[in-house]
Amino acid sequence: MAIVFEKTKGLTDKPFHFCPGCTHGIIHRIIAEVMCEMGILEDTIGVSSVGCTYNNYEYFACDMVQAAHGRAPAVATGIKRVHPENMVFTYQGDGDLASIGAAEILHAAARGEKISVFFVNNAVYGMTSGQMAPTTLLGQVTTTSPFGRDSAVQGFPINVSELLSVLPGAVYIERVSLNNYKNIQAAKRAIAKSFRVQQQGLGFSMVEFLSTCPTNWGKEPVESLRWVESDMMPQYPLGVYKGKDLKV
Amino acid sequence: MTNRVLMKGNEVIAEAAIRAGCRYYFGYPITPQTEIMHYMAKRMVEVGGCFVQAESEVAAINMVYGAAAAGARVLTSSSSPGISLKQEGMSYIAGAELPAVVVNIVRAGPGLGGILPAQGDYFQATKGGGHGDYRNIVIAPASIQELYEMTVAAFNLADQYRMLVMILGDGALGQMMEPVLFRDVEPNVSTEKLWATRGRKGKPEHNIVTSIYIDPDMLEMKNRELVAKYAVVQKEETRFETLNLDGAEIVFTAFGTASRICRNVIRQAAEMGIKVGMIRPITLWPFPSEEISRIADLSHVKAFLDIELNAGQMVEDVRLAVNGKKPVHFYGRMGGNLPTQKEILDQLLAIHEGEVR
Ligand SMILES: Cc1ncc(C[n+]2csc(CCOP(=O)(O)OP(=O)(O)O)c2C)c(N)n1
Ligand code: SF4
Repeated sequence: MAIVFEKTKGLTDKPFHFCPGCTHGIIHRIIAEVMCEMGILEDTIGVSSVGCTYNNYEYFACDMVQAAHGRAPAVATGIKRVHPENMVFTYQGDGDLASIGAAEILHAAARGEKISVFFVNNAVYGMTSGQMAPTTLLGQVTTTSPFGRDSAVQGFPINVSELLSVLPGAVYIERVSLNNYKNIQAAKRAIAKSFRVQQQGLGFSMVEFLSTCPTNWGKEPVESLRWVESDMMPQYPLGVYKGKDLKV
Repeated sequence: MTNRVLMKGNEVIAEAAIRAGCRYYFGYPITPQTEIMHYMAKRMVEVGGCFVQAESEVAAINMVYGAAAAGARVLTSSSSPGISLKQEGMSYIAGAELPAVVVNIVRAGPGLGGILPAQGDYFQATKGGGHGDYRNIVIAPASIQELYEMTVAAFNLADQYRMLVMILGDGALGQMMEPVLFRDVEPNVSTEKLWATRGRKGKPEHNIVTSIYIDPDMLEMKNRELVAKYAVVQKEETRFETLNLDGAEIVFTAFGTASRICRNVIRQAAEMGIKVGMIRPITLWPFPSEEISRIADLSHVKAFLDIELNAGQMVEDVRLAVNGKKPVHFYGRMGGNLPTQKEILDQLLAIHEGEVR
């Protein structure tokens, strides 16, 4: 019988531990698929960060290094400087990247480190049970903004893609989403483009994924996907923020 | 054979690292160690290595973590406040069992403190500093020649044991110039590092570098492995120098710059007919407890005098080693001040008066 579908070899056989309806799983799958399709699985070194995906070194079939909270871009810098010929990516949540690791991501981008950053924006801290993240929306209720995020008290959300896109070292930045099939395909193309940017040694690139956290949002999986579109996208519009005309 | 050259301590550390095969340096500026950075910024280009000025000490140590995970020999250097920031990464390096060398050219603290020489980081260096159960090898050279040799040794030890090795100096040692002989480096013990992440390249399994073990039994097993490794290091790698112990009545314990002053006082005391010896730990961890205990058993030894550039840190380990067998006295200066020979001699004479005569 002909094989019509096969699990990507970019993932190990270890079952995911993510909650039902969490789009972390989709992101893992499409990164793994892209590595296989581009034939770079054997050359890639991934960096896990701290958050719900702290142990994704068990899922990605490439060589993996686990980094301290927020420090993945610095760890990736060390790896890439030693192995410039390899592909190096980080996988980071929004608490990890935009809060505790704000300095590391900013400077990795400023230096134009030739790494791919996969940034998962789910508007909360998932792993530690739904605290406010730098990306939490105004009015959003979290365990540490129980009355809704109030700009007078907790300040404003950070739009990381827009912020980094002004740096010359960052050559390709795109925000994508996983709320429907079309967007998942676009997200996959963005991952591939980011790796191509790296292959060609052009500089720093980042793909920001709008992702769900049904557990901490207190929403059903389908409702969560809708909320990405209705509430997250107005604050975080999809699109290419840097490198629109980049031919890679 | 190369001839002796006159060089600053900090530059010697940098050159030693290069000669030991280190091709990656990540650091953030801080006095009094900046010469290491300046030297590396040029030299790494000459030898085809890589120098990155990081955005912070936190970033620098995590770049070290990445480069070490990737299988390279790697160095970072800093001074006390910067080392405090590196402690997070140092704990992760210990947990992931990565080989790395960290230089701490200590300045006076706490807080921003001052930029002059001190030894107030003994606790931070030898008792962990970061979180969790772990050890670093800590080497405290006392001369420029020793800085060279111990820096080379540090890279070998780091690779051999997959541990972080710290070179603990101070502003005086870092800034001072002495002739140094760049002896041909021993063939290094650098292992193949089959565990390193270099890309899978056909390996049947992917390599993983991590310090996280969520399962308590797995973590405890890891802890026990580390404890066993540290026991081997204690047995095999404890280094010290003894001086004038024959018939000594009083024995100095001192490391680094403080030991240099003591050395002169020993001569002065001898001229006055007082027999004074010294044990100088070269490795602060592993600490030469057994040797100190042995010295404490010598009947002619009446007392110890511990001299440090701090409020009394190593003296705690000396007292544990002496274990009440002989009195252990302490004299220290702080703030970046060095004790004069006369100050130390006065301490010595008072002890001699009280406990020897
Ligand atoms: C230094 C440090 N501080 C805090 C934590 C606790 N911690 C673990 S995961 C996490 C939040 C991660 O949130 P995010 O990056 O948004 O990822 P998500 O879990 O949502 O995928 C925090 C604060 C830690 N592990 N280390
Ligand atoms: S807590 Fe949220 S982010 Fe974490 S796995 Fe569950 S749904 Fe996903």
